Parts: sequence; C-alpha cells; structure tokens
Amino acid sequence: MKSERVAAIVGVAESDLGIVPDKTVLQLQAQAAKAALDDAGFGKEDVDALFTAGNWAWATNLMLGEYLGIKPKFTDGTNIGGSSFETHVGHAVAGIKAGLFDVALITYGSTQRSDRSRGRSVPYAPLTEQYERSFGLPMTVGAYALAAMRHMHQYGTTSEQLAEIAVATRKWAMLNEKAMMREPIEIADVLQSRMIAEPLHLLDCCLVTDGGGAVVVASAKAAARAKKRPVWILGHGETHTHNSISNMPDLTMTGARESGRRAMEMAGVTHQEIDVAEIYDSFTITVLLTLEALGFCQPGEGGAFVSGQRTAPGGDFPMNTNGGGLSYTHPGMYGIFLLIEAARQLRGECGARQVPDAKLALVNGTGGVLSSTSTVILGRD
Amino acid sequence: MTSQLPKPVIDSDSRPFWEGLKRRELWIQKCDACQQAIFYPRLLCPHCFSEQVSWVRATGRGEIYSYTVVHRAFGPFAEQTPYVVAIVELEEGVRMMTRIVGDRADIAIGKPVMVTFEQIDDELTLPYFALCSSLSTGNGGNES
Repeated sequence: MKSERVAAIVGVAESDLGIVPDKTVLQLQAQAAKAALDDAGFGKEDVDALFTAGNWAWATNLMLGEYLGIKPKFTDGTNIGGSSFETHVGHAVAGIKAGLFDVALITYGSTQRSDRSRGRSVPYAPLTEQYERSFGLPMTVGAYALAAMRHMHQYGTTSEQLAEIAVATRKWAMLNEKAMMREPIEIADVLQSRMIAEPLHLLDCCLVTDGGGAVVVASAKAAARAKKRPVWILGHGETHTHNSISNMPDLTMTGARESGRRAMEMAGVTHQEIDVAEIYDSFTITVLLTLEALGFCQPGEGGAFVSGQRTAPGGDFPMNTNGGGLSYTHPGMYGIFLLIEAARQLRGECGARQVPDAKLALVNGTGGVLSSTSTVILGRD
Repeated sequence: MTSQLPKPVIDSDSRPFWEGLKRRELWIQKCDACQQAIFYPRLLCPHCFSEQVSWVRATGRGEIYSYTVVHRAFGPFAEQTPYVVAIVELEEGVRMMTRIVGDRADIAIGKPVMVTFEQIDDELTLPYFALCSSLSTGNGGNES
C-alpha cells in the first residue's frame, strides 16, 4: 500500500431491513444516519457534507437535508444507480483532500418492496428509452440475461457455474442474522427455480427488499477522534460506459476494468493482497463479469474461478460475506451495503462470518444495466 | 399485440426513424465526417462529434448479438410470455434492441436475421427481426 491516509470510513449502519411497510425512505435514512454517527462517536453537528442518491424526490439532497436538519457546505446527489455510494466515497475523499469539508454523511433508503414499485409499467418512453421500451425487455433482469447469454455463447459459461455464486452467497447469509434468506440451497435448487429471463433463474436474481444504510467518511484529522479505528479509503475509481443495454460496448466486459484498475493503482495494491471482496450481486452474472473485469481472472474464466464454492465461507476467495444482494438484502440500489460490510470485516466485527485477519478489502458497485461501476479499496492499519 | 405497450415519445431526433418504419423501411444515421454508422439517431456523431450526420436506409440484414427468452414480464407484456427479446447487430455495424419472431428452437447467437415490420397501430410500427432461414414469405424484407 502506497496510498496516503487522506480519509477513512469511521461509521456504518443499516436501518431496518427486509419488509418495512411502516417506514418512509426519510425515516429509514434518518435511522441509519443516526446509527452510523453513533458508531463513529460523532453528532449531527460534525457533519458538513451530505451525499445521497435515489429517485424518491425531485431533489433528494434538499429534502433529506431539511428532514435531518443538516445544512451542508458540500452536497452531492450523484445518481448512477447501485454504484452511486462507492462513487460518493470517492467524491468525499476528493473533497476532503481539497480541504472543502471534514465529515461526510452518505445515506440511502428505499421502500420499493412495500411500494411494489418494481416492474411498474410507464405508458410513455421518452428520449433514448423510445428505442427499447416497446420491446418488453423486463428491467433490469432482461438486460443482465442478455449479458449472461452472450457470455455463455462466447466462453461456454454454464448455469451451474452461475449457480455456484448463488449457493456460496447463501452460505454467508446463513452466518448473518440480518440476512433475509438463510435456508441452505444447492446448485440444483438454483437450476430448478423458476426461469425469469433465460438463462437467469429466480435464484440467480437479487432479493427485492426495503431498507437503508449510512456511511460516515471523515478526514484523517476528524477520524482521529472517532470511537473506532479508521477504515482507510486507499483508492477509488469510477466510470460509466452506457445507459441502455443495447449500447453496452461489449456485453461481456464491464467498466470495472477501468474503475478497478484506477482504484488499485491509486491504492498501490495487487489482486493477491485483497483479503475480502464485496462485489455487487444484483444477479449472479453481475459477479462473474465483475470478477473478470477487475482482473481476478481472465475474460471467460469467471465460471471456472467461482467453481467448487471458492467464494463460500472457508473458500480461498471470501466474497459477499454478508450474504449479498442475493440473500441478505437488496433495496433497489445496493451499493451502500457493500461498504458497510467491508468496513465491518476490516474492523473485525463480523462474528461467525469474519474473514480471519482481514486487512484489505475491495468493494465494487455496479449500477444501471452494467452501466456504471465504481471501485473502492479499503484498508486498516 | 396490445396497444397498451409503452409508446415512443417521438422527437426531432427520432422522427425520420419512426416515419420510415411506418413505410416499412429501416433508417439509421451515418456520419459524413468519420463514415461510421450511428444508432440511435442523434444531433451529432458520438464517434467524432461531427454535426454532419445523414440519414441512410439500412439493408435490414444483421445477426443476433444476444437474446433472452422472457418468461416473467409485467404490465402489457405479462400476457405475451414467453417471447424473445434480442440485440441485433446490423451489417452496417450498429446494434439495436428488437424482438425475434419465429421458431424459438432455431434462435441462436450469430444467426443471420432480416428486419420485419410489426404494425402496432396507425401511429407505431416496430422493427422486429426474423431468422433469414424462416423468411419464406418475404414479409417486410427490404433488400429489393
């Protein structure tokens, strides 16, 4: 590691998760924000930068800032889908490095499960949506299915290999009492689950839940007075390559090739040094493509890489240790939960699912339809 | 086909594309500066940023770049399952989302396809594609 210690994650928390019909998106974010600041040993008065992403308001930062009683001197509502929060972390480090603020609060909340908003049909397709929406590709699963089908065609990847990811992730969820799905599954269960969009089965797909989370990022100076030891932000990279799936340059290669390379170069770390990986798992194929794009294996070798339950507890590539979007929680934009779990792993707070002596974590968010990626490298002293 | 499907909001970028489809013709753009094909249509070339873009009629021939068979869908599409949504790469080099019509057992990535025109109503015709091998009636092919 060569990266200088500019900023650290000092507080993390989830809100209530799962099915939470009695809470609003503002309540979920307030709940998570309060808990994350408590985790840091900070108060609301310490916060001078506010980050959030969502489509629950015309200007999310305005409504959230008002609700929480925060008048930030730096605000960022970057919304590039599920990877927004990894990007917020990168932007927070940049702002801290520029001396613009000391403590950033990043939040997310969603009630999509209770709203039953997923898959809701809108009768008009404006702007660039007009070239796609009328064909009935179910979003977002259909787009990921197109990528999976292409990967299978190009490299011979199998449904069994994709199922390895779902099974391994479920094993981690069984060790996490906050996870929604904790019954063991086998590869055959994934293959026999209902087909949604070929080749993706129901158990290749993430959950649909309510929930929220918050992350507190502090300058090195502010981190020194936090309650817990800092989780240093050593590197960050981000990119987006397309918006709609038919405009993805190569259905088998995501922008993580760029965001990952930049993040790892900034941190000065190698693949072999990463102790734990938290990889956005909206679908099993998302993980497989990301592992290849990040360079943990060569393009086309992702299926072999995840085989033999390599990413499961006890495997030699601990990944998605909270049970992931596949089995723990997935309220629409999952990226903030990757950061929460990585920070807890590096603090050694994960109990039964703790990766022994984890010092270095890689977090990779994916947003849209493989559209945006954002990579963060975290480490402890 | 139900008329309740999401309707394109036609604008000054897209009007020639949609008007062409109503005449059972597939039109795309080409950059006069860098000569690359462009889809979807736009004000300037996304390759070289030239504003000198022209409309050209596509041959309608292409091949399947990827596809999925949809088994679970929502809203107006729920009753149509199973159906095939694909990305087709036209021989001009651009890709577009579409439906593949014909026998599902014959559909595969890399297979040649030809545009066919699905009239939804008086205002909207969508470009679907059919496997070339199953194009016996020549319904909408525009190579002539």
